[in-house]
Amino acid sequence: MAAVLEPGGLPRDGAAPALPAGPWRRALRRLRRRRSAMFGLAVVLLFVVMALAAPWIAPHDPIATSWSAIRKAPSAAHWFGTDEIGRDVLSRVIWGTQASLLAGVVSVSISLLLGVPIGLAAGFLGGWVDALISRITDAFLACPFLILAIAMAAFLGPSLTNAMIAIGISATPIFVRLTRGQVLNVKVEDYVEAARAVGNPPWRIALAHVLPNVTAPLIVQATLAIAAAVIAEASLSFLGLGQQPPAPSWGSMLNTAKNYIDNAPWMAIWPGLAIFLLVLAFNLLGDGLRDALDPRQR
Amino acid sequence: MKNFARTLLASLLGAAALAAQAQTLRIGLAEDPDVLDPSLARTFVGRIVFAALCDKLFEVDEKLNIIPQLAEKHEWSADSKALTITLRPGVTFHDGEKLDAAAVKYSLERHKTMPGSNRRGELAPVTSVDIVDPMSVRLNLNAPFSPLLAQLADRAGMIVSPKAAQAAGDKFGTKPVCTGPYKFVERVAQDRIVLERYPDYWNKGQVNFEKIVYTPIPDATVRLANLKSGQLDYIERVASSDVEKLQTDKRFKIARITEIGYQGITINIGKSEKAQQNPLGKDPRVREAFELAIDRQGLAQVVMDNEAVVGNQWVAPTNPFYAKSLPVPKRDVARARALLKEAGVTNPSFTLLTPTTSDAQRLALVVQAMARDAGFDVKIQAAEFATSLNMADKGEFEAYALAWSGRADPDGNLFSFHGCKQPLNYAGYCDPETEKLLAQSRSLRDVAERRKVFEQIAARVLKERPIVYVYHRKWLWAYSAKLTGVREIPDGLLRVQGLKLGS
Amino acid sequence: MAEFLLKRLATIVPTLIFVSMLIFGLQQLLPGDPAKILAGEEQDPTVIAHLREKLHLDEPLPMRYAYWMGGVLRGDLGESIRNQQPVLDLVLQKLPVTIQLATMAMAIALLIGIPAGIASAVGRGTIWDTLANVFALWGISTPNFWLGILLILLFSVQLGWLPASGYVSPFEDLRANLASMIMPAFVLGNAIAGVLMRHTRSAMLQVLSADYVRTARAKGLRERVVVLRHGLRNALVPIITLGALEFGTLLSGAVLTEQVFTIPGFGKLIIDAVFNRDYLVVQGVVLVTATTYVVLNLLADLAYFAVNPRLRN
Repeated sequence: MAAVLEPGGLPRDGAAPALPAGPWRRALRRLRRRRSAMFGLAVVLLFVVMALAAPWIAPHDPIATSWSAIRKAPSAAHWFGTDEIGRDVLSRVIWGTQASLLAGVVSVSISLLLGVPIGLAAGFLGGWVDALISRITDAFLACPFLILAIAMAAFLGPSLTNAMIAIGISATPIFVRLTRGQVLNVKVEDYVEAARAVGNPPWRIALAHVLPNVTAPLIVQATLAIAAAVIAEASLSFLGLGQQPPAPSWGSMLNTAKNYIDNAPWMAIWPGLAIFLLVLAFNLLGDGLRDALDPRQR
Repeated sequence: MKNFARTLLASLLGAAALAAQAQTLRIGLAEDPDVLDPSLARTFVGRIVFAALCDKLFEVDEKLNIIPQLAEKHEWSADSKALTITLRPGVTFHDGEKLDAAAVKYSLERHKTMPGSNRRGELAPVTSVDIVDPMSVRLNLNAPFSPLLAQLADRAGMIVSPKAAQAAGDKFGTKPVCTGPYKFVERVAQDRIVLERYPDYWNKGQVNFEKIVYTPIPDATVRLANLKSGQLDYIERVASSDVEKLQTDKRFKIARITEIGYQGITINIGKSEKAQQNPLGKDPRVREAFELAIDRQGLAQVVMDNEAVVGNQWVAPTNPFYAKSLPVPKRDVARARALLKEAGVTNPSFTLLTPTTSDAQRLALVVQAMARDAGFDVKIQAAEFATSLNMADKGEFEAYALAWSGRADPDGNLFSFHGCKQPLNYAGYCDPETEKLLAQSRSLRDVAERRKVFEQIAARVLKERPIVYVYHRKWLWAYSAKLTGVREIPDGLLRVQGLKLGS
Repeated sequence: MAEFLLKRLATIVPTLIFVSMLIFGLQQLLPGDPAKILAGEEQDPTVIAHLREKLHLDEPLPMRYAYWMGGVLRGDLGESIRNQQPVLDLVLQKLPVTIQLATMAMAIALLIGIPAGIASAVGRGTIWDTLANVFALWGISTPNFWLGILLILLFSVQLGWLPASGYVSPFEDLRANLASMIMPAFVLGNAIAGVLMRHTRSAMLQVLSADYVRTARAKGLRERVVVLRHGLRNALVPIITLGALEFGTLLSGAVLTEQVFTIPGFGKLIIDAVFNRDYLVVQGVVLVTATTYVVLNLLADLAYFAVNPRLRN
């Protein structure tokens, strides 16, 4: 059993891009065995359900203010207490799941949509195109991520959408580099040479042979990036550049809560805990996926 | 034996006094001040440092009366177009130079002519400064200007050492030399500003600390934490939500000072085309309905934990220049709805621009909820302060929640905002009769007469409502209970003369 | 080696040029007239006009870029518009502070991350694996500003053990310096610990399944010797070179940590400058940071290259 199968094996003919189901199913089995990854997956799904079911499970309207219930401690009426203008913290945490999940997923989607094609182009075309793209990517990576995100968010204006765009663009270089690296690895493989010899156009080779090999590390990196994006959104909101009131988002809730941490700590504890759990879950899942999809593990 | 005991006692007392004198006062600021040059300075927080560093010609007291500081006597000419000031003798700058008429002339001219000087507008009516004798100057004005004394009780009246200023040029702010009780030692940006006692200060008896260290800590929670853990002796701008708990802590005292500024909502009534494109900007009845929909007391309660005084003019109801004939209106939703119906407007909607500070955002949220009851659909647009200023200046807004830090003379809260085409007139208000009244208020020196003019201005401005004044916040200070001599002066600046830290 | 070095140096220059254009563009295109923002409350039109002229704001973008870069190449990064201090002075003042914070944070990260990574790799699949994972990951999963505020509340306000904020130079008072840096270093280090744990784990796993380790085991050596002597020593190289690469992450994290703990370092300088539109400061600081990052990367590559003979051809 010396041979280790790469996900996306070796097509016998130069044309069929089909991935044998074997390696993926094997990977899934490996994933299922890692308890921490399963725990992560369960928590993520729980939050997704919470986000989708918010209108039905939130006990109060998240933006309904109440002058008489300002900064009240957790009680039967308000399980997580109320905030500085009388809104129910539990409802805001539940509804806020939407913003945080969106921030995570949309940002990373932007990074993928921009980063993967650029990385493919750089790796595949080589030459001056590669050099140019690589230098620009290096330039982005040399600037501290948060500074880029802050400058971009300040430039675009404070809103959740702009925060997602800013984070997405700031994270793109990582995916460019990852994709490019994978392309370079795969480019020299026999089957790619064979495909080229047979006369396949570059785009077909890229899509049919190269892309499937990139998928695994991309999935892993994307999962981890979602975790980082959720924190990045919280950071931007902490500075006033993310989701704006009255819409709830955990990051902006923390931003407001920091002023009341002494006399209304529940305002910060619950959204902070929510961020922690969601991000931890994505991190655990990402780590599990990396192990499951890593061909070198037995 | 008796001699010995007496000597011992004297030296012990002396040592105790010295020990007390070797104290450092540690002050926590809410921001890092900008450049420490009285001509170029532009932040409120910088004025706190100036209060210990640079004396001015005049001072203000707790009742906002103008009292002498570097100017011992002053006298207006009969036509009010010349002000003669006699200086206090025996005052020296931190570099040892004497304070005399030449120094005052130099400083005032520097305020007026230095490129980039922010004091130019404040001293605009001053055309020239004459040296009458070595200790007297005469300021000549092109028109009577009653706010002049108040201007000279602020940065425009700060006198700098001509020798040091000439040598340093525009770098004076990195090593300022003035006549205040403390002299400049060092400054590390965003970290600390250190001042040291000036031994030859003219009012030595009032100076009890060897050093003052100002530390900027922008986060109010962290600033308070520093006070509580004993690292600071005094902090400014305590968050209103922290006051309740702090009150019960016997280790600290709290000062509440009604500000001379205000929090208001500026409405675009003529700054740009946007004014005509929305009902709020177009029709004064809609603005009146909006004002009636707001419960000012409720706002003060929810947004500032009641640490604010409701108001409807540019000065607080307790101010001598407040127009008593126009009291703060009570909330009246029914009348608001009636007005909207009369104006033929259904579901008026507008965007309220707010800076991203937490106070402003809370205010916007509560206003949004209150106005909804009268049928208004208020949309909130948050923008970074820098961006919001830009938008306001271009007229790219419908309503803007803007606060003003305030000036000792009511003219400072009025002229730049309601005078046609003035730099801070974001509303775009322009009324020839108001222009006339504003000029008149500046030319009168008698308080009673000025009040009458202000009443007339108030009647006109409040009817048009370019700004809906909401409340006047309270400066909230917290300091160690061992600190005595704290004077609650409405400009919100801590005076260091007379402060003592007991043990 | 020399050829490698030259090739790498050749890539640094265009990269830095792009960095300068990137940060210049981001700053200059920020909305809001810097002259108006810097002009103060009174918004005196004369002052605004003076500032516009001083900052060349009315000239076209390429000209302004040329002015700035010309100064940079001469060693003049411009002046902070807010308090007139030269940007270079500000950088030199703040750099040691952030370096100390970053170094302490890195030390804490290594102390947490490496043992956790080893435990996770060796005890793979068991409860130790999970625990070690969570232990190191909680650092990345918690927003550092939130953690910072909670720590201040606990250690400064409630217990009074540590100062809530501020910074004392180590040359002035070493104890006070360490007391003020320990919490922010911990908060910052936590975030990196997770990354280090992951890399240690995968490096160890790779190494543990390698032939020479199997040989060592076959020889009958105790497991601990196998792990530490043979496994860790080889895994250590990629882990340490990672330190240089994590510099960027450290700086990102430092930005908010310094804000919360009021440490006068780079991070705080940049944030304040962005909001005050003190763009020369932002541009100067980012350029210095990026240059440092790029140089560190180069050194890391060289170190890796030098240590690992198999890469030399």
